[in-house]
Amino acid sequence: MTAIQSVLTIVAVILGTMLTRFLPFLLFPEGKKPPAHITYLGTVLPYAVIGLLVVYCLKDAVFTEFHGLPEGIAMVFILILHKWKKNTLLSIGMGTVLYMVLVQNL
Amino acid sequence: MDGKKRKAFQAALPHTLPICVGFLFLGMSYGFLMRSKGFSVIYPMLMSFFIFAGSMEFVTVNLLMATFDPLHAFVLALMVNARHLFYGISMLQKYKNTGWKKFYLIYGMCDESFSINCTVAPPPDVDKGWFMFFVTLLNQIYWVSGATLGALLGYVLRFDTTGIEFVMTALFTVMFVNQWEESEDHRPALTGVICSLLCLLIFGSDGFLLPAMLLIIVCFAVSRKKEDEEVCK
Repeated sequence: MTAIQSVLTIVAVILGTMLTRFLPFLLFPEGKKPPAHITYLGTVLPYAVIGLLVVYCLKDAVFTEFHGLPEGIAMVFILILHKWKKNTLLSIGMGTVLYMVLVQNL
Repeated sequence: MDGKKRKAFQAALPHTLPICVGFLFLGMSYGFLMRSKGFSVIYPMLMSFFIFAGSMEFVTVNLLMATFDPLHAFVLALMVNARHLFYGISMLQKYKNTGWKKFYLIYGMCDESFSINCTVAPPPDVDKGWFMFFVTLLNQIYWVSGATLGALLGYVLRFDTTGIEFVMTALFTVMFVNQWEESEDHRPALTGVICSLLCLLIFGSDGFLLPAMLLIIVCFAVSRKKEDEEVCK
């Protein structure tokens, strides 16, 4: 990707992000009520999108050298650590360190 | 700062301190990740400032490493950030009558600023508009500083960074668990995972995102229609 293509990609991401933030205020200026199916999507979509992003992160894992084994081990570790300590930053940090140790030493 | 602003700042600051720790840590890992992929510090600095949506910034690292496809990037940003639409809907009333600050409040409405501004009522003698302004501003300062610092560290610290991109997987995995535990109904989360896996199997890893997003929306439209019909019976 050239520098200009990178900038254009970033601009596209900025536009998409800002559209999600400004649209409600443009559509429903003063006191207009949003339709029910929109508010319904609002309650369910956040959960589905995080599920989508987890799959997105792992999409190439199966096709790597170890067929997703380091990813699997690190994720199980994160689940156990998170259930135990319930500390978001600790789980992310230790999970990443474990994964790095695994892929660098296997 | 005049008295009104100082008061609002002092009221806002303590609410943002827990966010400060998290944003510095995550921002730094994001900046460091960008640097380890060969981007200059300017990239994470400007991206964290202008996009200012953590999850999407991590995803953008991948987009920048892949083939050029701005439309895909745009739709993905819409989908990943769709939750902002609903933050906006909940804040329509609260952001009213805040003058020029309203533009910034909307622009800087990340998950954390939203959750503070939506749930915390400042003391009665504090100006609400300025309170929400400082919550949003402080959070953005933490995030941009974190991203910039992380990238700068990337110039100084030299170690094998192989596998550091897993920080994104770890982040979303933990978010997934947190959401799973705070919600009684697991169907939305399962819909996301199952639709994505299904499309990954059918379309392969390069082209599954858009169909997966479409399928998720279709599933929700159908399930809502069914619920409506049951209510009518």
